[in-house]
Amino acid sequence: MGTKIKKIEYYLPEKILTNEQLEEKFPEWPASKVEDKIGVKQRHIAKSDETSLDLATKAAEKLLENEDRDHIDFVLFCTQSPEYLLPTSACILQTRLGLRTDIGALDFNLGCSGYIYGLSLAKALINSEMCKNILFVTGETYSKFIAEDDISNRSIFGDAGSATLITNSDVDKIGEFVFGTDGNGAENLIVKNLSARNSYILNEGERPTLYMNGPEIFNFTIETIPLLIKNVLSNNKIELIDIDYIILHQANKYILEFLISQIGLGPNKCHIDMLNYGNTVSNTIPIALKDAFVQGKIHSGDKVLLAGFGVGYSWGATIITI
Amino acid sequence: MNEDFLNLFAEALEKEPSEITFDDEFRNYEEWNSLAVLSIIAMIKQNYDITIPRKEFDELKIVSDLFEYIQAHRQK
Repeated sequence: MGTKIKKIEYYLPEKILTNEQLEEKFPEWPASKVEDKIGVKQRHIAKSDETSLDLATKAAEKLLENEDRDHIDFVLFCTQSPEYLLPTSACILQTRLGLRTDIGALDFNLGCSGYIYGLSLAKALINSEMCKNILFVTGETYSKFIAEDDISNRSIFGDAGSATLITNSDVDKIGEFVFGTDGNGAENLIVKNLSARNSYILNEGERPTLYMNGPEIFNFTIETIPLLIKNVLSNNKIELIDIDYIILHQANKYILEFLISQIGLGPNKCHIDMLNYGNTVSNTIPIALKDAFVQGKIHSGDKVLLAGFGVGYSWGATIITI
Repeated sequence: MNEDFLNLFAEALEKEPSEITFDDEFRNYEEWNSLAVLSIIAMIKQNYDITIPRKEFDELKIVSDLFEYIQAHRQK
């Protein structure tokens, strides 16, 4: 018994925020510099009445267009901007998509590492023969947590939804995983004001607000990810040279280029493409996988290393066969 | 090493080395923003293999503070 990714689709909200629009409001933040340094030209932003669940639903509808949805026997939904505190967004998604009711569905709250964790859960459910066809969706709208005057975060983050169909297979195409967790970094990427500790009460006119300590996240990343990559290679008994392509969480161009130089990878082997989306949190890896396949950067049979890292701190990696 | 450091520091901020002195309070530079912080921290990691925790970085005020921080941590 094995597991494979059968198909990926993603959905981007229609509304676009360009560097030029940001420059109009923040003249000290030139559009060309944002593109050059952060590697982002525009990002898609959800409308005020458009949620992560909506984005994930649209991606899932695309995915299931030519699939028999009665085959889906589990739904995993990765989001940090769920529709409600309760009930679970995955339950609402089950009904929206018209899936069977004798299936499992759950949300899990992870950010930039979320896609890796979702793949690991799906693999475990299938390899233990509890399930055969898993719908794994990601949906994120950090834009709803970013203050109007927070130019750094507005430059970096975009909204998106993705859907991945993971099925059983004769050959195992999802390899071994490596995980990492360090709650010491919790304060460095956090939405703190809307919290149980504050009884979920916000002041009048106040919105949930994202705080990111960029330099500390940078330090965490460069200390942790080279070792993560080394470990995932050795767990999968493969050398770096035998990896065809590497997709790291598309945090920002600056950090990716730094990691590439630290790990000693050829730039052509490592995906950097967030020009039109920005950092879409748990969506960056499925978007990159789909784009790389469509653009012919990866082909059937290729070994692709995937690594996610960020909020938590939480990190993880695996190696898949296309 | 002084001159090397000034050149690297200037490059990270996209300034001319001649525009920088050791007594400058670097947060007053026109170019200073969240990206500049990253550039400096990355430059120090890349060239001196030193990771500066954010809290310690926030305590450094002038260019020579940064230089001395690197000196002190290189000797360890």
